[in-house]
Amino acid sequence: MADISTPAPRSGTGARIALRWTLYLLLCLFALFYLMPLFVMITTSIKSLDEIRTGDLIALPREVTFDAWRTAWSGACTGIQCEGVRPFFWNSVLIAIPAVAISTLIGALNGYVVAQWRFRGANLFFSLMLFGCFIPFQVVLLPMARVLGIMGIAGTIPGLIFVHVIYGLGFTTLFFRNYYVTIPAELTRAAKVDGAGFFRIFWSIFLPLSLPIIVVTVIWQFTQIWNDFLFGVSFSQAGTQPVTVALNNIVNSTTGVKEYNVDMAAAIIAALPTLLVYVVAGKYFVRGLTAGSVKG
Amino acid sequence: MLKWLETHTPKMVLAPSFIAVLIFVYGFIAWTGWVSLTRSRLLPKYEIDGLIQYDRLFASPRWDTAFGNLFIFGALFIVIAMVLGLVLAILLDQNIRTEGALRTIYLYPMALSMIVTGTAWKWILNPGLGLEATVQGWGFETFSFDWLVDPDMAIYTVVIAAIWQSSGFVMALFLAGLRSVDTEIIRAAQVDGIPTWRVYTAIILPSMAPIFLSAFIVLSHLAIKSFDLVIALTGGGPGYATDLPATYMYAMAFSRGDLGQAASSAMVMMLVVFAIVVPYLYSELRSKDG
Repeated sequence: MADISTPAPRSGTGARIALRWTLYLLLCLFALFYLMPLFVMITTSIKSLDEIRTGDLIALPREVTFDAWRTAWSGACTGIQCEGVRPFFWNSVLIAIPAVAISTLIGALNGYVVAQWRFRGANLFFSLMLFGCFIPFQVVLLPMARVLGIMGIAGTIPGLIFVHVIYGLGFTTLFFRNYYVTIPAELTRAAKVDGAGFFRIFWSIFLPLSLPIIVVTVIWQFTQIWNDFLFGVSFSQAGTQPVTVALNNIVNSTTGVKEYNVDMAAAIIAALPTLLVYVVAGKYFVRGLTAGSVKG
Repeated sequence: MLKWLETHTPKMVLAPSFIAVLIFVYGFIAWTGWVSLTRSRLLPKYEIDGLIQYDRLFASPRWDTAFGNLFIFGALFIVIAMVLGLVLAILLDQNIRTEGALRTIYLYPMALSMIVTGTAWKWILNPGLGLEATVQGWGFETFSFDWLVDPDMAIYTVVIAAIWQSSGFVMALFLAGLRSVDTEIIRAAQVDGIPTWRVYTAIILPSMAPIFLSAFIVLSHLAIKSFDLVIALTGGGPGYATDLPATYMYAMAFSRGDLGQAASSAMVMMLVVFAIVVPYLYSELRSKDG
C-alpha cells in the first residue's frame, strides 16, 4: 500500500499534520459533492410546494410533510393515467425477477460449457457473445420491435423479459465463464471417470461452488434491468411500462402545476431497490461492476 | 444413442444461446445495416439504394450537433471522470480511517439509474429554483447559472451529471489497481528516500496501464450509449442542442418515422463503438489464450 503520510526524511511533524488535514478536508468536500443531490432529493420530497418556491435548495424543511410521497406512490399523473408510480414499480418487479433468474441460469450453463467442456468452436462462441455485450442497443431496436410484433409479445411484460434475457446473456456468460475457468479441469475429468454426466457434474459440483458468482451476477443483472430505460421506453405501452419510464413521464409532463416534491419522491422510490442492493451487498456490487474490466 | 447424447450435450446446451446471439445480435445488425442502405421511411423497404441515408445523415444539421456533442461530451466525460477517479483513489489510498464510508459515498450514484440521476440534476440546475436561486438568496444577486436552458452550455450540464454518476466507478477500478501493486517495490523505493509523488509517477501509475485502458473502454462505451441521461435531464433540448447520436436515433425511429435515418445513425454509432472496443477485445482474448 502506498502511503503518502510516511514522513520524508527532513519534513517536520507540523507539515505532516497540515498535509493530513488537507487530505481529510479534500475527501470531505468530495463527499459533499456526491451526497448533495441525494440530500436535496430527500429534503425536497418532504417540503411543501410553497416552501420549495420561497426557500432555498439546501435548506432543511421547516415543516416535514409526506404528502408528496403519497402522491408519488399512488396519485401522480404519468400522461393521462394518475395512479402514481405504484403500478409501474410492480411492472419493474415483474420484469426484473424472471429476467434476472432466467439469464443467470442460462449464463451459468453457458459459462460451464465454455470453461469446462471445451470443444472446437467454444472459444468462437464465447468471442461472438462477448462482442455482443458491447453493441450499442440502438442498432437492434428496429428489428427487435418487429420481431416482438411477429412473436405477438410486443408491448407486453413477457416481451420485455425476453429482451432483457437475450441481451443479458453476454454478461452472465462472461461472469460464469471467468469464474469457472479457475476451477481445475481435473475435477470435471475425475467426475466423468466416476460416471457422472454433464448435468450431474454441473448440479452437484459446480452449482454448490458458485454462490459468490451467482450473487455478483444477480446484482449486476438486477441493477441493469431495474435501471433500464431504452428497452422500457421502446418496447412497452401504457400499462406495461417500467418505473424508469413512469418517472420520466411524471417529471417531464407539461400539464398542470409542477410538483417538484412529488418528482423527487418518485425519483427516490424508483431508486430505492438498487440503492438497497448497494447498501446491503455493496462488496458484491463493486465486484460485479469491476468484473471483466480488471484482469485477473 | 446414449453415448451420442452424452458427447453432444454441451453443444446442445450452448445451441439456443448461440442461435439467439446469431439472430438477435448479428442478424439484427445485418438487418439494420441493410435498411440503412434503403429509402425506408415509416415502413422498411428492402431495395438497396446506396449510401443515400448516410448522405442525408451527414448533411443534417441536427446530426451534426448530435455527433459534435458526442465528442464534446465524450471527451470531457472520459477525461474528467478518469482524473477525478484517479485523484479520489490516490487520496483514499493514504490509510484513511473512514475509508469504507467514503468509498460508499463516492460510489453510490452508480447504483442509480440515469433517469434518476437526470431527474435529480434537472432539479438542482433548474435556474428559477435550484442552485442559482439558492446562491442568489445568499446575497450574491448577480449570480447566474442557467446552463440547463442555455443552448450553448446545456451539453455541459449533461457532463456534470454523468461525471457525478460514473466517477465513483473509476475510483473503484483505480483503487483495486493501487492495491494490487507490489508493495515490496514501493517499500524499497521509500527506504531509498524517493519522494512519494515520484513513487506514484514512476512506479505505481505505469504499472496500472491496463486499468487505465479498461476504464477508458468502459467510459467511452457509456458515453456513446448515453441516452437516458439526456432524455431525463434536458430532453435533448433546448431545441436539439443536447442531442446525442443515441437520442437522434430514437427520435428518427419512434417520433419522426424515418427508419432509414434511424438505421444509418445506429450503424454509425456501432462503428464508433467497434473502432474502440474491437481492438481491445481482440488483444484481451489473444493474451488470455496465449
